Amino acid sequence: MVDAKREWTLPSARQVGGFLAKAWAYFLMTLTAVTMIFPFYWMVATSLKSEARVFAFPPEWIPNPPLWSNYLYMFTELPFGQYVFNSVKVSLLWTVGVVLSSSLAAYAFARVKFWGRNVLFLVTLAALMIPGQVTMIPLYVVMSRIGWVNTHYPLFVPAFFGSAFGIFLMRQYFLTIPQELNDAAKIDGCSHFGIYLRIMMPLSKPVIATLALLSFMGSWNDLLGPVIYLYDQNLFTLPLALTRFRGMYYTQWAYMMAGATVSLLPILAIFLLTQQYFVRGVVLSGLKG
Amino acid sequence: MSTVKSTMKVAGSTWAAQSGPLSAWWFRLSNNEHFVGYIFIAPLLVGLLVFTYGPVLAAFGLSFTKGDYISTPKWIGLDNYRALLQDELFWKSLWNTVYYVVGVVPLGIVLSLLLALAMNQKLRGIVFYRSIFFLPTITSSVAISLMWLWIYNPEFGVLNFLLRLVGVKGPAWLSTPEWAMPAVIIMAVWRGLGYNMLIFLAGLQGIPEVYYEAAEIDGAGGWAKFRYITVPLLSPTTFMLLILGLIGAFQVFEYTYVMTGGGPLYSTLTMVLYVYTNAFRFFEMGYASALAYVLFFILLGLTLVQFKYQDRWVHYE
Repeated sequence: MVDAKREWTLPSARQVGGFLAKAWAYFLMTLTAVTMIFPFYWMVATSLKSEARVFAFPPEWIPNPPLWSNYLYMFTELPFGQYVFNSVKVSLLWTVGVVLSSSLAAYAFARVKFWGRNVLFLVTLAALMIPGQVTMIPLYVVMSRIGWVNTHYPLFVPAFFGSAFGIFLMRQYFLTIPQELNDAAKIDGCSHFGIYLRIMMPLSKPVIATLALLSFMGSWNDLLGPVIYLYDQNLFTLPLALTRFRGMYYTQWAYMMAGATVSLLPILAIFLLTQQYFVRGVVLSGLKG
Repeated sequence: MSTVKSTMKVAGSTWAAQSGPLSAWWFRLSNNEHFVGYIFIAPLLVGLLVFTYGPVLAAFGLSFTKGDYISTPKWIGLDNYRALLQDELFWKSLWNTVYYVVGVVPLGIVLSLLLALAMNQKLRGIVFYRSIFFLPTITSSVAISLMWLWIYNPEFGVLNFLLRLVGVKGPAWLSTPEWAMPAVIIMAVWRGLGYNMLIFLAGLQGIPEVYYEAAEIDGAGGWAKFRYITVPLLSPTTFMLLILGLIGAFQVFEYTYVMTGGGPLYSTLTMVLYVYTNAFRFFEMGYASALAYVLFFILLGLTLVQFKYQDRWVHYE
């Protein structure tokens, strides 16, 4: 009843303005969303077509019937299973390394008062300014001297020695945890390592999740590292395999799109499951980094 | 005071004496903040030395040498830098990179700000839209590049088909020197849009509503509010996106490596691609190091200049 009555009063200028602003926002957002999603749709659609139908004119908007065998081909005729395994292995190890080493160092920078702490923290942050292209040549020389070229080691071992970004992210989070917890634990006879392991880490699950996600994604999508270090096809990660693929199957778009889709699916699944951590991490690292 | 301290010391050492001199030593050490601190950061210190600062210095040294990874590098002084000044491809790659940066960064910032402004209100379904906007950010540049390679295909690409529908004859995008770089730029702006927009949105939502309300009472219109509240209060976000955007864009590599390999006619040869080519295709270790250092100095210079002039336009609350 009340609602029916309200319908008859004329909306105020403010209400009209608000409605227009919302309509405009939805229009822009939807337009952008379509622009964002269409290339992905087109990739998947193309991956489900036969050679001939890929080049159909006008383009076949919906593959009918979808040709799933293109995906089968990826895994039976091409070693895509191996590539997926390699990518998972390298990215997982990289992630574990970043989280472990960064959290340890971040704990020290946040909670242990050692000599030269502030200077060392600045030195760590300054490492963020150094582009990878500068260090890659000497690193390659070192890796080749110790026989690590054409192995996965160069792609994950450095992570176990700290990441400036990870340290920064975790230190900022550690600083928000009340110092009283530290003091209480100390009185109870807990060592620094005990405090790190039993108090700080369990309390930092959200930031660990964020850092783990960003690290995993960075490693999963990395091209420059694998391009430089891997020659043996059995060691290829997905991005590297895709670039080689482009050389071999230049006009076989269906295969190329199927390969790209396969490389995207795992990360998409992780992203959809852990979105809130990811978005928070991006915003946090973006706004304060 | 001093007696209390010395009794405590005595108590500690009796405890330690009972369990042997080695554990006494360990007991004292493990309670030493400096020692514990350095144990915690030991991996980091090794990492900084071996993976960051050591290589940075080594690269600087290598940039004065000629070498191919196998033989011992030969000292040639400033010859690499001299050669670089004469190298047409170096200038070409520098120009291409600047072209790319100038295309991507401002366009990306303006478009994403416009979107964020429209979205900065209570809207339903924002989480759904957000996931879609993030899709290009989480996808690898390699997959993105392959995707757009197919979209840009001159004869069968969907872009030129759509252009034909509205009566425009699309260019051969990546296979023409004039259009290759713009095509890469369009793709890069498309990819970064959602990310930039979300950062802007977070920045906008951090601006307290009271400022706008106060301005409204003073009779400020929409433009005035935008110009005198939103723009200055958003400037730290804009500054950060600008810095990160510039640094990222200067290091563009994957797109041009996958899509064009630097062609056609070197029109998309970017600096990092040129460093990579010299280092791992021509095995010109020294020359590539010199190139990398030039890039490093450009980035450093840009960042310093930005920070120096930031107080002219960046306002922190």
